[in-house]
Amino acid sequence: MAKVSMTVNGKTVTREVEGRTLLSTFLREDLGLTGTHIGCDTSQCGACTVHVDGQQVKGCTVFALDVDGADIRTIEGMANKDGSLSVIQQAFQDHHGLQCGFCTPGMVMAAASLLAVNPKPTEAEIRHHLEGNLCRCTGYHNIVKAVMAASGQDVGSIAAE
Amino acid sequence: MPKDGGIGASTKRREDVRFLTGKGRYTDDINIRGQAYAWFVRSDVAHGRIDRIDTSAAEAMPGVVKVFTAADFAGVGGIPCGWQVTDRFGKPMQEPKHPVLADGKVRHVGDPIAVVVADTLEEARDAAEAVVIDITELPPVLDMKAALSADSPKVHEELSSNLCYDWGFVEENKGAVEEAFKAAAHVTTLELVNNRLVANPMEPRVAVGDYESHSGNHTLYTTSQNPHVIRLLMGAFVLGIPEHKLRVVAPDVGGGFGSKIYHYAEEAFVTFAAKQVGRPVKWTSTRSEAFISDAQGRDHVTKIELALDAQNNFTAVRTETYANMGAYLSTFAPSIPTWLHGTLMAGNYRTPLIYVNVKAVFTNTVPVDAYRGAGRPEATFQLERVIDKAARELGVDPVELRRQNFIKPDQFPYQTPVAVVYDTGNYHATMDKLLQISDRAGFEARAAESRARGKWRGFGVAHYIEACGIAPSNLVGQLGARAGLYESATVRVNATGSISVFTGSHSHGQGHETSFAQVVAELIGIDAGQVEIVHGDTSNTPMGMGTYGSRSLAVGGSAIVKATNKIINKAKKIAAHLMEASEADIELKDGKFTVAGTDKSVDWAGVTLAAYVPHNYPLESMEPGLEETAFYDPSNFTYPSGGYGCEVEVDPETGKVTILAFSAADDFGNIVNPMIVEGQVQGGLAQGIGQALLENCVYDENGQLLSGSFMDYAMPRADDLPSFNVDHSCCTPCTHNPLGVKGCGEAGAIGSPPAVVNAVIDAIHRAGRTDVTHIDMPLTPSRVWQALNA
Amino acid sequence: MRDFEFVKPATVADAVKALAADGAQPLSGGQTLIPTMKQRLNTPERLVSLTGIAEMKGVCKGEGGLHVGAATPHAVVARDAAAYYPALAALAGGIGDPAVRSRGTIGGSLANNDPSACYPSAALASGATIVTNTRKIAADDYFQGLFSTALEEGEIITEVRFPIPEKAAYVKFNQPASRFALAGVFVAKFSGGVRVAITGASNDGVFRWAEAESALGANFAPSSLEGLNLSGDDMISDLHGTGAYRAHLAKVLTKRAVIAAS
Repeated sequence: MAKVSMTVNGKTVTREVEGRTLLSTFLREDLGLTGTHIGCDTSQCGACTVHVDGQQVKGCTVFALDVDGADIRTIEGMANKDGSLSVIQQAFQDHHGLQCGFCTPGMVMAAASLLAVNPKPTEAEIRHHLEGNLCRCTGYHNIVKAVMAASGQDVGSIAAE
Repeated sequence: MPKDGGIGASTKRREDVRFLTGKGRYTDDINIRGQAYAWFVRSDVAHGRIDRIDTSAAEAMPGVVKVFTAADFAGVGGIPCGWQVTDRFGKPMQEPKHPVLADGKVRHVGDPIAVVVADTLEEARDAAEAVVIDITELPPVLDMKAALSADSPKVHEELSSNLCYDWGFVEENKGAVEEAFKAAAHVTTLELVNNRLVANPMEPRVAVGDYESHSGNHTLYTTSQNPHVIRLLMGAFVLGIPEHKLRVVAPDVGGGFGSKIYHYAEEAFVTFAAKQVGRPVKWTSTRSEAFISDAQGRDHVTKIELALDAQNNFTAVRTETYANMGAYLSTFAPSIPTWLHGTLMAGNYRTPLIYVNVKAVFTNTVPVDAYRGAGRPEATFQLERVIDKAARELGVDPVELRRQNFIKPDQFPYQTPVAVVYDTGNYHATMDKLLQISDRAGFEARAAESRARGKWRGFGVAHYIEACGIAPSNLVGQLGARAGLYESATVRVNATGSISVFTGSHSHGQGHETSFAQVVAELIGIDAGQVEIVHGDTSNTPMGMGTYGSRSLAVGGSAIVKATNKIINKAKKIAAHLMEASEADIELKDGKFTVAGTDKSVDWAGVTLAAYVPHNYPLESMEPGLEETAFYDPSNFTYPSGGYGCEVEVDPETGKVTILAFSAADDFGNIVNPMIVEGQVQGGLAQGIGQALLENCVYDENGQLLSGSFMDYAMPRADDLPSFNVDHSCCTPCTHNPLGVKGCGEAGAIGSPPAVVNAVIDAIHRAGRTDVTHIDMPLTPSRVWQALNA
Repeated sequence: MRDFEFVKPATVADAVKALAADGAQPLSGGQTLIPTMKQRLNTPERLVSLTGIAEMKGVCKGEGGLHVGAATPHAVVARDAAAYYPALAALAGGIGDPAVRSRGTIGGSLANNDPSACYPSAALASGATIVTNTRKIAADDYFQGLFSTALEEGEIITEVRFPIPEKAAYVKFNQPASRFALAGVFVAKFSGGVRVAITGASNDGVFRWAEAESALGANFAPSSLEGLNLSGDDMISDLHGTGAYRAHLAKVLTKRAVIAAS
């Protein structure tokens, strides 16, 4: 066991962990932040996506000790300070960008990461950016629409229903 | 314009807030103090005899609580099958034993042999490596046709062969169908494979068993689409626990698509083991494990023949299908290739004579059961492909050939030759709508533009019929179901007027918490925020059958309507008493009771309060309180239908197919929440397109699963798909349920695969390669290139 | 996965020391190694993280071309190499997905030498130099077949030096499930000749296509490839495509890479 410290959603946390403790395990089991989900074991599905020092990372494919000292953001830290939904979260609700909700935390984190560097992405750019996040429910249509809307763009360019 | 929160409104989903903030509560988020962890030791060979299991070394490992094998399950029942099919000779299907842990033999890669229960998950995994299992490998049974030969090894020694059943439908029509083929002016024949799929809901399965020794109460938290069904199957047939001592909870569930209907060994294991070891026991599937333990879908090999007369009218359809059951019968497996497939072979057409033959076969592969659509995609695919092929052979427009043979709008209700009666539909209207929204008229110009870039563009259509809301119970009982297929609801009105609805349906993405509340709010005329939907816990919901087969609104919603109407009837009596009026004169509108022709009124909360504070109340004729339960058993299936159109571009150099546009014109009858309906269709389309282009579950010649992870099983990703053009303006309401709804959950997955394949074949034919008449799904670049370069 | 000791040195020298222990393995981005460890197919006793070594990070113009620190994540290469070597930047920007690109590194990719990875084709086609803690290895000597390289036990890549070609392009055809290369072709035109490296296709890992190089060296145009064919015999055959298909794809992609580079 070794000591690890990091800032998670603005709070500093310190725990003793094993070498093999993954960041996603640390968040879920040690910190009780169960919004980060595990949907595969081959680093493909993206349900565990979190931000490490502002970078989008799969929490299941990084060891907790390897991000010692880092600034971590998870889905639990995405709402506005007053607890209301952030622009991206609200757009997902407004445009029905989620169904079962399991991939949703990863999708929101990936979308936030895209919009941070590309505030007005095209539909193709959104689809390309989300290639590491699998959703089995929505067919992605409304996720793409939600990200487009969250960027302040007209969603009329997405095929009409 | 419907009122927000009422029927017809695209009300935003209330469940989204918890999912968007990481506050969903899925089964893997549940940890019970003191819990131990289970790790399953699974067979790594497809077929073998277990010679020896030695758990002693594993039992001595750190943290190990106990190692279980089949010996611990002596006296425990096997995993039951919920449907018994009768074959064409009147005999019941062959039904093998399905032990919780493999007993004597392993029958597929992934078959559980032993389970280590330890203090931590990693300790359980470490010890699992120390369980010694000696297996003598046996030749695996993989090819369905070979499995039926007399000299094939048997998957189950206690059965006479690998044939589960040989089913004919309608058996009495067989001779007449043969005559029709003899008399046909043209016969089109197509042999095809409906590829095996893995449902892959994003949440893998999880089960947590808990046991209270002082009360004898068991609790199972599980990722299920139907907790009451699990309670019944596991309690009654496997573990012998009476319902009042067994609570099954399916909390937030991360998608199901059929794969979470069934009762699985792991659920029975954790429930059993929790009592044995005196601690809660948790099992969480890895994705790799899901690929070898979740029931898989489809896997039919079919020959279909279509007979036409000289005027191109369909005169008969004949099919022969081999349906893979896998190694054991999963809960509803036998019903899928039979009653959910054969009864749909009329499609949207007036074909007078149909004969369907299905041979269900045991193989050394993971069991196969319902996956989104279940039987209906297989029926639709064959039919819509063979019609397209016939049109090409006859040199007629595939759309016109369909239209010519459609059941006409004035022919409803329509009795098909395969037992079912379609209540409503207008297939000409959905086809017209499809051609309009997909701009088929502009296709030639777009095709020319593609040609200029060296790409081949094609347009394909398909029209589907679906039978949803499997019912009625007495009929399905005759067909072999070992369960009823009604749905239940309890509507509990609280004293101040708010309402808790307890439904037997289960929501795992469908948004019931929102749409069911819309139904109740509309009927009573109150704000939807006053209505809470409770589901997923057998301890507080009435016995219900759960969610699958696009049944929740059509069956579960109807139960809610029934219970709500009982509430309204009683509330009117109370209102009549309060206003000293005749009950017949009481009207309920916008949450207010009035007396016709007067200005007297009492609001909803006034009546509900009177029901619970019955100071001024007709106690002599009526009980206090306002709570009603209803069970709704439908009188027929519902029959959604629709026209789907796909536009593709084929890269002839690489074989890559790109979907440029996909349009869907559906008739779902009435719609409660259009936003949710569109989401369901879009999701179904993605799965259908996934089947057509990407997804394939492949075993090698030893029965090893080659596509055992997302590295080799191609899930549709955001950039594999286009935006969808979805329309549901065509509406012929269902005539036999109170909401006039039909169900929309599976449509997208049913109608899209043939549209995609038809589009690819169209592109290839337009490029002059009319020799390529069929390519089996998935149409991967490699397969398309292979077909073009054969 | 099995437990292990985790160490994170700050210098190459400390990393080399840490790797001297029995059962020690280097960990770079971990995007391949960690999933393998989850399956218990790899069970190191000590993992030495290379992500904390500042001297192994970054992209800069230097002697003989572009120098890329071995621990530089793909996302950083995609961003910082764009001005100097656009084809390399584009390749880096197409590896895996955004989360993989945040962590995965060029050094990790080259050390692993997965037959379907993208980076080996860039290194080989560019004639890159693989710099380790002990020596410099020419790309032509470095790649030695499937998951096999010239690296010795305990030797770590610290930097990769890319000569910058006049024209270059990488064209990748995705394996539909994993999104690794079913085939990927990197074409680089230098004043002294053309180099063509093909990944994803061969049973022996990344390789150069000599006939195409000489044909393109004479005339850098897609038409130069007419009549040339790769054999499918030595190509990977799996559920995603036969060897013949991969051989065909490699040729098609070479043409497309020439067009993209022109």
